[in-house]
Amino acid sequence: MLLINCPYCGERPELEFVHGGQAHIARPGNPAECSDQQWAEYLYRRDNIKGVHAERWRHVHGCGRFFNALRDTTSDQFLATYKVGEQPPAQPRKATA
Amino acid sequence: MRDLSAARQAPYVAASPLVRPLPPLTRLLLRGGSDALAAALAALGLPFTEAACRAVSQSDRSALWLGPDERLLLAPQQQLIELTELLREALAGRAHCLVDVSHRQCALEVSGPQAAVVLNCGCPLDLDAHAFPVGMCTRTVLAKAEIVLWRSGERSFHVEVWRSFAAYVSKVLALAARELSP
Repeated sequence: MLLINCPYCGERPELEFVHGGQAHIARPGNPAECSDQQWAEYLYRRDNIKGVHAERWRHVHGCGRFFNALRDTTSDQFLATYKVGEQPPAQPRKATA
Repeated sequence: MRDLSAARQAPYVAASPLVRPLPPLTRLLLRGGSDALAAALAALGLPFTEAACRAVSQSDRSALWLGPDERLLLAPQQQLIELTELLREALAGRAHCLVDVSHRQCALEVSGPQAAVVLNCGCPLDLDAHAFPVGMCTRTVLAKAEIVLWRSGERSFHVEVWRSFAAYVSKVLALAARELSP
């Protein structure tokens, strides 16, 4: 079973987690000043990366906390996990084959 | 109040020497910042720790770590009013959320030398004494249901399960226990 490293609880089986979409999407400070185009981009446009992707995950059957993860979408390998509000690590752990 | 779910689990549990239902408890779910949690636990006579997945106990009261801002408080059934009074005083003026979940959950004890093996039939956590020592607790999954698992002793586990899942969880555990019995 795939193990995911929760920043609060440590390594846990994947079925305790749910995926929460792309990470690091900042809500526009003043939505009233956004054009429809900008607002639609914020709401709906997401990257579809082949490779390392920053995602939100939630340890729903554990501590209940959201956190961020760097995951390689081709190998499904988790390269790093970090708490919400932290910057993604610059040099994530190298994927092992 | 007659607990129908607990009644439904009885035949499965009765058939297994490893699994037994625990008497009703007072259960309070407390959420809040470190200051609120520390004040609440101090009022109950429990030490406060921020260590993840650790339960603290003092006489018949326990506080289980469920998240950085969440604790499950367990005490004998008759202490409900006493506990809420103590907590109301300790938490006055502090942002917090306190919910009485006594009737939402019921508890099972899985004990014996095979206890970890029985639980591992539905729970993928590493339950070896080194990876999951006495006093460790966590919310996790058992087969298709969510449980709170607490290692209360070297060979015994306290399982908190939502009432409507109780019959299912006890059946899974009793089935696993039957497979292992000689």
